[in-house]
Amino acid sequence: MTTYADYRTGEPVADTKAPSGPVHERWDKRRFEAKLVNPANRRKHTVIVVGTGLAGGSAGATLAEQGYHVVQFCYQDSPRRAHSIAAQGGINAAKNYRNDGDSVHRLFYDTVKGGDFRARESNVHRLAQISVEIIDQCVAQGVPFAREYGGLLDTRSFGGVQVSRTFYARGQTGQQLLLGAYQALSRQIAAGNVEMHPRTEMLDLIVIDGRARGIVARDLVTGKIDTYFADAVVLASGGYGNVFYLSTNAMNSNATAVWRAHRRGAYFANPCFTQIHPTCIPRTGDHQSKLTLMSESLRNDGRIWVPRAKGDDRPPNEIPEDERDYYLERIYPSFGNLVPRDIASRAAKNVCDEGRGVGPGGQGVYLDFADAIRRMGRAAVEAKYGNLFDMYQRITDEDPYQVPMRIYPAVHYTMGGLWVDYDLQTTVPGLFAIGEANFSDHGANRLGASALMQGLADGYFVLPATINDYLARNPHQEPVTDGHPAVREVLAETEDRLNLLLAVDGDRTPDSFHRELGELMWEFCGMARTDTGLRKALERIPQIREEFWRRIKVPGTGEEFNQSLEKANRIVDYLELAELMCLDALHRAESCGGHFREESQTPDGEAARRDDEFGYAAAWEFTGTGAAPTLHKEDLVFEYVHPTQRSYA
Amino acid sequence: MARTVWDSTVGKKAVMAVSGLIMLLYLVAHMIGNLKIYFGAGEFNHYAHWLRTVGEPFMHYEWTLWLIRIVLVAAVVAHATSAYQLSRRDIRARPGKYVHSRPRASYATRTMRWGGIILGLFIVWHILDLTTGTVHSGGFQPGHPYQNVVDTFSTWYGNVVYIVAMLALGLHIRHGFWSAAQTLGVGSRARDRALKTVADVLALLLTAGFVAVPVGVMTGVVS
Amino acid sequence: MKLTLRVWRQKNADADGAMSTYEVDGISSDMSFLEMLDVLNEQLILSGEEPVAFDHDCREGICGACSLVINGEAHGPERTTTCQLHMRSFQDGDTIDIEPWRASAFPVIKDLVVDRSAFDRIIQAGGYITAPTGSAPEAHATPVPKPDADFAFEHAECIGCGACVAACPNGAAMLFTSAKVNHLNVLPQGAPERETRVLDMVTQMDAEGFGGCTLAGECATACPKGIPLVSITRMNKEWLRATRKAGKR
Repeated sequence: MTTYADYRTGEPVADTKAPSGPVHERWDKRRFEAKLVNPANRRKHTVIVVGTGLAGGSAGATLAEQGYHVVQFCYQDSPRRAHSIAAQGGINAAKNYRNDGDSVHRLFYDTVKGGDFRARESNVHRLAQISVEIIDQCVAQGVPFAREYGGLLDTRSFGGVQVSRTFYARGQTGQQLLLGAYQALSRQIAAGNVEMHPRTEMLDLIVIDGRARGIVARDLVTGKIDTYFADAVVLASGGYGNVFYLSTNAMNSNATAVWRAHRRGAYFANPCFTQIHPTCIPRTGDHQSKLTLMSESLRNDGRIWVPRAKGDDRPPNEIPEDERDYYLERIYPSFGNLVPRDIASRAAKNVCDEGRGVGPGGQGVYLDFADAIRRMGRAAVEAKYGNLFDMYQRITDEDPYQVPMRIYPAVHYTMGGLWVDYDLQTTVPGLFAIGEANFSDHGANRLGASALMQGLADGYFVLPATINDYLARNPHQEPVTDGHPAVREVLAETEDRLNLLLAVDGDRTPDSFHRELGELMWEFCGMARTDTGLRKALERIPQIREEFWRRIKVPGTGEEFNQSLEKANRIVDYLELAELMCLDALHRAESCGGHFREESQTPDGEAARRDDEFGYAAAWEFTGTGAAPTLHKEDLVFEYVHPTQRSYA
Repeated sequence: MARTVWDSTVGKKAVMAVSGLIMLLYLVAHMIGNLKIYFGAGEFNHYAHWLRTVGEPFMHYEWTLWLIRIVLVAAVVAHATSAYQLSRRDIRARPGKYVHSRPRASYATRTMRWGGIILGLFIVWHILDLTTGTVHSGGFQPGHPYQNVVDTFSTWYGNVVYIVAMLALGLHIRHGFWSAAQTLGVGSRARDRALKTVADVLALLLTAGFVAVPVGVMTGVVS
Repeated sequence: MKLTLRVWRQKNADADGAMSTYEVDGISSDMSFLEMLDVLNEQLILSGEEPVAFDHDCREGICGACSLVINGEAHGPERTTTCQLHMRSFQDGDTIDIEPWRASAFPVIKDLVVDRSAFDRIIQAGGYITAPTGSAPEAHATPVPKPDADFAFEHAECIGCGACVAACPNGAAMLFTSAKVNHLNVLPQGAPERETRVLDMVTQMDAEGFGGCTLAGECATACPKGIPLVSITRMNKEWLRATRKAGKR
């Protein structure tokens, strides 16, 4: 009997859409080579967009402006609430307004390096090129970026880079960018070009004759399960960080759309690449339902430290300067507190593992503003970080102006996602994935302020250009109806799944399973992973899955607003995705970016990449629940940024 | 444009604000005129007579007064109709009450509706009492307002009705003036204190000025 | 701590609702209010009852999904969203009343969940700047004076939670509408649509069945993002200006 871990390696997968030639000409070349759809014919094409975050909102608005008929979905009660709204820090763009030596090439270089050489050069370069247009677009929409007294845009530097290229709107950049996209989308809804379905969740993908032709979705208010058909389907449903139960993701962010697409044939790439963000508020107890991020910008002025001695439980203000260990400044003198996220997170874990962590359970490190307050004055600190300090105080009941903040790493972002080519098309023709839902641009680690950039680049500029090519090449697709056998089958499967969840009537709540899975994943597939641990997790997950289907209890019916049913159905998919994440982590016996394998480290404890063996993106093909998937490797070629061991010392 | 204004809640509030300010302006003049009662019947009655001859010879006898009356009636009607329609809308917009109720808003805000109704009824009584004399307590003598006023405030109910109405007026103006400024868009953070002070002062002066008349009669200063 | 909760239960939009009483125990003062409700719901599921439905998502005070009236106050006793309210604001043994937003423009969907799509339609009526993708000029082409940028930001902070409507004795949406009008109208990019924006948004606001403003100020007191009452004054000014200009055309 083959177990899940006995995966098979299939044919390599290649990105056939990226043109060759100088990297800075590829995007222009692709746009020129892409076929166009006659403007008069565009309204005859329907495009489904799932999700209304930065990627989905901007894509829906832009496709509708181009003349396509867009049918869009979000599970929230309004498209304005997608979790992009919670991004705090900022958005990168190679504007070089500071004249500090920034350029498109430098942003490209930083992103490839920051991603620990596991991203595709063509994609990253395009992202850097487009970054400039994004700022123009957002300003034109009225996004109130921070400005200087002269009326020009202000920028700041952000984790992992040495130029000041991050545009921001106080600590609410994600909110402001999302509202910009939401407003553009609202204009198209009013114009009748976008048919918006809020409180409607995609539950499956409809594939007919090998092409994505629609989705099955459930109206969360009435419980009605319906089918929606289109000429192309765009998934902008975000990441899967909630597999860990505790994460900085919104409570209802989920992986169902991408996982169901994966089950229908879309390859899932690099699922083990998850980002653990170093500056989150530590958990306070078992009741914790989610973790709250404190913007990374705090690391610009705050200093991170722990006591030198183990088990030093004196209050922080009583620990003298020479008994403190400013460990990031000590280990990485040139980047200090601004090292990339994966490095900062792992360093925090290491000092806590040494028994030097602070706060309840020793799971925390100090982020101290005493020096900044002395240097800049309290008023300046307040102006810069006031809202973050308030938030911290509200949650912890501690005053960060008086006592250092306590922070600890938490799951924040998933670099992995559906495999896409340069056109952002998955392995299912007609199915596109944008934003955090795809795997494309961040490699093994995402730089701060790059998620907003990628979401908007995909939605405003990349997808609207590349989807034309697909639609132009497939102009007259057969209309689909509910009577089609493939549609009937998907619909029946979905209904059966929900009915089964309701029928088990066991003795455990959905949350109890989610929490159990999350703890398992955090322990074995979190900040540091080992062969033994991952094998243990792979053994345990099918057991949880089996127990889930035996003991789950979902009250109520499927024909009504039923939040327990929504939750339980999402956990069904987490229980499969978690398995793939562990397998991917197990197979990648190297450390890179957010993926740290204890077996693969340098003598001084830094991540050791193994480019010869693992210089590829791992794209997994689904073969059945619990069945060993097939691995398709996409070799990564570096012509411009040559892989080196990352050094932030 | 009139249609846009009347059809919108914001526009209707502007109508209330403008009509309210017109009435407020009138009340200031009315109050100052009233205080002449302290200078004796001659001066007071002379003032009352003058009101009918203002604008002569261009205007005919009582033309100016009637013009003022027409404007005032229009203001009252506009104010009351908007208030009625907006109130109905507000009540419809919030049909269910919270099970857990708690005191809300300031006293003056909450009494705007009832205060308005009290003032409306008072105006009717006031006109029937001192303009037409229909419900006057003594023998109403046209052209002798001094005596008529003294007669009214020689009864306990005349005093009670009048003083209660004037207190309602004070509260109404206190919120109404500030509110009108906001509705007409002249409020700002910098001006807010000043506007609130002006509203308080106006409310206080008008209430005190009007109440001074019955007080004068009651204390015998005016007789 | 141990608490008594009185919660509004309503099966669906058409059903009648009523308050039901529940006891919860073992609540820690570090829990957020919603985590306390999670505890209640776990308890209810295991005892075979339907859990209390409530809207929530980011749980960090920014998405605007959570929406509870707690002891008669929108978002409860602190000036923040329900998800950022912590149980340390309550005492052991307290009885807490939990109700949905109440306004006829926000019909109840189930229990504590209401339909706020009216807000989306107000935005659709004009709460945007027409700037199709690709049409944007260079970002630095139009400097925006810092005070204007800050003013715009202050109003753009609105999270669309609807606490202003819930708190208003008239169920008015003036604070929400004014926040968006002011955000966009002060910016040079928003100038071409300045008049149509305010007129159309107010028309839509009225059409949704929200009440009128009596400047009671409850909205600004309840607003978790501190949108000031004077925002409404400013919108009134914009509206009157736009009406005058439209009248002249």
